[in-house]
Amino acid sequence: MSGSFDILMVGIGGQGIILASNILGEACLIEGRSVRGAETHGMAQRGGSVEGHIRIDGKFGPLIAPGTAHMMIAFDMLEGLRYAHFLAPGGHMVVNSHMVIPTSVFMQGAAVPAEEEVLERLGGLSLCLVDADALAAEAGSPLSQNVVMIGAASWFMPCAPESLLGAVERLVPKKTMEINRKAFELGRAAGERCREGSRGA
Amino acid sequence: MTKQYLLGNEAIAKGCLESPVHFVTGYPGTPSSEVIDILRSLPERDLYVEWSVNEKVALENALAAAWCGLRALCTMKHVGLNVAADPLMTSAYTGVTGGLVIMSADDPFAHSSQNEQDSRCYALFSRVPCLDPSTIQEAHDMARDAFALSEQFSIPVIFRPTTRICHSKGDTLVGSPGTSGKKGEFHKNPQQYVVIPAHTRVLHRILNQKQPHIKKALVEKGYNKAVVRGPVAVVASGIAAAYVQEVLPANVSFMKIGAYPIDEEWLAEFVRQHEKVLVVEELHPVVEEAVRQVAGCVAVHGKKDGMVPFEGELSTVAVARIMLACGIPPSRVFPDSAPAGNLPPRPPILCAGCPHRPVFFAMRKVFRDGIFPSDIGCYTLGLQLGAVDTTICMGASVTIASGIAHSGEERDIVATIGDSTFLHTGIPGLLNAVYNGARIILVILDNRITAMTGHQPNPSTGVTACGVPTPPVSLEAICRACGVTYVETVDPYDLVSLHAVLKEARERPGVKVIIARQPCVITARRAGVRRGRFQVDADTCTACGLCIKFGCPAIEKVNEKAFINDQCSGCGVCVQICPAGAIGKEVKR
Repeated sequence: MSGSFDILMVGIGGQGIILASNILGEACLIEGRSVRGAETHGMAQRGGSVEGHIRIDGKFGPLIAPGTAHMMIAFDMLEGLRYAHFLAPGGHMVVNSHMVIPTSVFMQGAAVPAEEEVLERLGGLSLCLVDADALAAEAGSPLSQNVVMIGAASWFMPCAPESLLGAVERLVPKKTMEINRKAFELGRAAGERCREGSRGA
Repeated sequence: MTKQYLLGNEAIAKGCLESPVHFVTGYPGTPSSEVIDILRSLPERDLYVEWSVNEKVALENALAAAWCGLRALCTMKHVGLNVAADPLMTSAYTGVTGGLVIMSADDPFAHSSQNEQDSRCYALFSRVPCLDPSTIQEAHDMARDAFALSEQFSIPVIFRPTTRICHSKGDTLVGSPGTSGKKGEFHKNPQQYVVIPAHTRVLHRILNQKQPHIKKALVEKGYNKAVVRGPVAVVASGIAAAYVQEVLPANVSFMKIGAYPIDEEWLAEFVRQHEKVLVVEELHPVVEEAVRQVAGCVAVHGKKDGMVPFEGELSTVAVARIMLACGIPPSRVFPDSAPAGNLPPRPPILCAGCPHRPVFFAMRKVFRDGIFPSDIGCYTLGLQLGAVDTTICMGASVTIASGIAHSGEERDIVATIGDSTFLHTGIPGLLNAVYNGARIILVILDNRITAMTGHQPNPSTGVTACGVPTPPVSLEAICRACGVTYVETVDPYDLVSLHAVLKEARERPGVKVIIARQPCVITARRAGVRRGRFQVDADTCTACGLCIKFGCPAIEKVNEKAFINDQCSGCGVCVQICPAGAIGKEVKR
């Protein structure tokens, strides 16, 4: 065993996965843990499907193997399904309850599963649905979705919520800290409902 | 020393500052670009940093600085080293005074590249040392120490991280930046700096005489190291070494190669203590070839017997499976886990409001059976719009176009190239096309920035890497100076003018250049441009689907009709496409 706690974050370029990954990495520094990460950079981000690997206590390579992620954070439901095979048995998936339909679907008339079908196909997993769009709006900015998701996921990972919030404070611009603190807390409350057995939003 | 969570390229930049580096050049290319982006964005800086026009230019500038005694860094992606190969080969002969480090970032799996070439081959070819980090900490330490290595042997050093180093992150111990701000001084020495045959023959001998000393030093400095634990061994290099270490059983010997050239005597001593050796590395079998040369009767597994793939990138899972296939059970096995099927792909796409999209749209309308050579940049995504027929390397749109034209092809040939790529290596191709009388149209997609790699400025932007204003080059004047008589500049958001210019160019002889000028939609937004969104009047929309086919990510289909989402940047091109007049400026309610 490598002994690391492996988190895969997936979504669409522009949703703030790089900042989310930095928050987790910084939280590991706060706790004095080793950490490895890998993410999609460059043009591949332009509205495309992106992934961020975080290995808390990781000491070797940054990539998580399919079937071994202890947790997934999906910023988009369709991307959650696309990468669901990375989750280890018993792992949690915290997933935004919205999905963006790929432009290729409209252009080429490709088939796209409806939200209900995506949910059904994710059915066997331990799922925590979070309405990140609504909670981010409630916090004060749609850009705080990534912090909402981290708040919700904070129940299912080894880093303490204080460390995660401390990491947010180190990384976001000062003037947005109040919004981000609220986003984290709203996300954390949503995650707590999942922890108590419901599927969330 | 402090511990920081750093991107590989950030760690490399910090390592260079600790060295300290005095002079930095490069051309952007994924996955290398962030190193200079970090150095040029430092709040205080006493080192020289430039984005050069191309990699050859960058390396020659850095070489000159190293000849003047400065520590110089030159960054590029692997294919950039092809462009810089000419100065590389002979700089190995001349050597350097200050340390010269050439960072050439390789891209196994071609995440964002046109090939999977291996920069270590250039190191062997040119006979310069090459450092190949396996972790981010190592990348930092190697970048810091590479300059001194270069000075010790008076030779350029290639530093070769791969995508999974450059764009990975890890907790990294970093030190404080050194004191830079050193002034260079050139000392004349024609025997070293003027490579006429009489001089170069001597320099070649000196280069060869350095080799055994370099090989020994790379072992002594701990870049290449080994531990013997049993009759079976795994030898690995680069990030593959990190993958191997994660699953290496306790009774298997391990050798890590972090630098080249490899000391063959040292390697032979290790290999011959084993019955079986597996070599795990990405891309070219550089280490494997060395192992096979010294192996004698020892069984060697690797790429050449089909155990390790020649192409693509490795991972811990891939390495575990290779070990199992070679009869070296890994310490961890991984489950088989198949992805969900039948999902629509989500490839990267030109942004909403990207000024390239209307150009491709108009080209397809005006030249229904046209041939569309293109180039390297965001606009290569025009492939999805049916307007990119060829891409090979930087600057090759115009040359492939003229080659097709001279081949006797009678259809219209319309090439596309970005401003930065045109200035990189497009100009000689244009000059050649005019000189030799090709009949082609070249559209320069001029968004005033090197967008794909992260919005680095270039000579058309009007600022240097460090933000100092500089006169923006006139693309029109360059084209005219090349002998082009038809040079027209057009706003790509104006579809009517775009169509008119393309049609006019089609009727003219020779080489025609159309400059489609509009700032990149991302830089425009960052600069505060707000055009206001557009919206579809659902009652007027006839669901004809023309705007959907335009392919803008801001236009969705909702209940068969068009709907404009909040990605809209207000370029207004769809308004000109809609035959029903259903699209208009958003009305706030």
